[in-house]
Amino acid sequence: MSKVRVLVGTRKGAFILSADGKRDKWDVSGPFFAGWEVYHMKGSPVNPDRIYVSQTSGWFGQIIQVSDDGGKTWTAPGGGMQKSPQGFPMGESNRFVYDTAAAPLTTHQWYDGTQHPWEFKRVWHIEPSLTDAEGVYAGVEDAAIFHSKDGAHSWRELPGLRGHGTGPKWQPGAGGMCLHTIVLDPKDPNRIYIAISAAGAFRTDDGGKTWKPINKGLRSQFLPDQDSEVGHCVHHIAMSPSRPGVLFMQKHWDVLRSDNAGDNWREVSGNLPTDFGFVIDVHSHEPETIYVVPIKSDSEHFPLEGKLQVWRSKSGGNEWEAMTNGLPQKDCYVNVLRDAMSVDKLDDCGIYFGTTGGQVYCSPNGGDTWRPIVHDLPPVLSVEVQTLA
Amino acid sequence: MSAAPIRIELPFHLRNLAQVSGEVCLEVSPPVTISSILDALESRYPVLRGTIRDHDTQQRRAFLRFFACQEDLSHQSPDAPLPDEVASGKEPFLIIGAIAGGID
Repeated sequence: MSKVRVLVGTRKGAFILSADGKRDKWDVSGPFFAGWEVYHMKGSPVNPDRIYVSQTSGWFGQIIQVSDDGGKTWTAPGGGMQKSPQGFPMGESNRFVYDTAAAPLTTHQWYDGTQHPWEFKRVWHIEPSLTDAEGVYAGVEDAAIFHSKDGAHSWRELPGLRGHGTGPKWQPGAGGMCLHTIVLDPKDPNRIYIAISAAGAFRTDDGGKTWKPINKGLRSQFLPDQDSEVGHCVHHIAMSPSRPGVLFMQKHWDVLRSDNAGDNWREVSGNLPTDFGFVIDVHSHEPETIYVVPIKSDSEHFPLEGKLQVWRSKSGGNEWEAMTNGLPQKDCYVNVLRDAMSVDKLDDCGIYFGTTGGQVYCSPNGGDTWRPIVHDLPPVLSVEVQTLA
Repeated sequence: MSAAPIRIELPFHLRNLAQVSGEVCLEVSPPVTISSILDALESRYPVLRGTIRDHDTQQRRAFLRFFACQEDLSHQSPDAPLPDEVASGKEPFLIIGAIAGGID
């Protein structure tokens, strides 16, 4: 029978939630890396027991951890997967150095509109290769994309993104100037989509050498030119692997879709009660079925009227319905952050999301009904699901 | 002069990361300075590289402080000799997480 493994990154460590295909009885393990912020953890689609973790701390900076046994044991791998001569773990995997030879560091726009130095802070998102368990990408703050070919032992920036030349117009969102979304095209290994708050979405068609902004159709009231080429606060992008040219976006405000790989976008917010939010995802088997969690506004990051609702569209947007069965419908004032929703690949597609109140919810039936797997974790930063044979 | 046994106290999270408990004792060749202690520490425990000072600039991370002998040594030159009590192993060299760091 198939199983699912839910990888949960939180403000105070990582947790792994496991169940069989019924998804009604759960084992909870963790906290791993207790006391550290785990922005993201994700398994390799090639080798599901290979899991990459971004472990970070305001005191001690960035650590990358890797497991090769599904999360039972972990190593900070740099310098080889072996230990030092004295038997202690090596740790060069936490070294992220901008490639200033290829793309000199510019400044970026600061909150107050002045220019500010570009500085590495942390890894927000890890995206393992679709074809190579040793390959993995990392999206970082201040915004850049890094690639490792050796299982996260060492990292090299893909400097063409920063080298696009619009960096001085990029600015931090509330969480910092982060590259938080990396979407790999399963049919074209040279095509990668990324998103940055607040710069917008970019695409490469040559494996990361050159990038172009893909923000036509996005409008942002906080920009002096609302249709600007860059500067938009994209919160998340989702894609069905079965239809890579179609993208769905949750922007700061607005839910949008693109049917031509991001070249043009159109708003599909339709009847949503508010189109502010962070997460968006696509059903594993129905590429026109998409999910968002509407949040009241950019000033009030909690659900409307204290009612936690997932809204589902079966028509690729515009026509939405509220999924409420099993979710709190009063006095709920949590948020659902951008990397905190995921879907499994079981026949009856499971939908998962985590909240800043420490709950992780599962719907084993495409959103019709929901149950909390756990209720009292630290604030949830990310949720990823692995479907295991 | 022979190398002195230096005592180093790490904060909780770095002890876990390096898989040690209690004080760390290292042989450090004189002159004993902040730089020479951190060089020896990172050589013995490579996982700590980048967690106390920047990989490349060698600047102390902003939310860490260095104390010894009831003094805050965070802002002295990393190449200045440390007190004899540290160099002789009588007093530990303390690496402390600032009270303003961490998460609620």
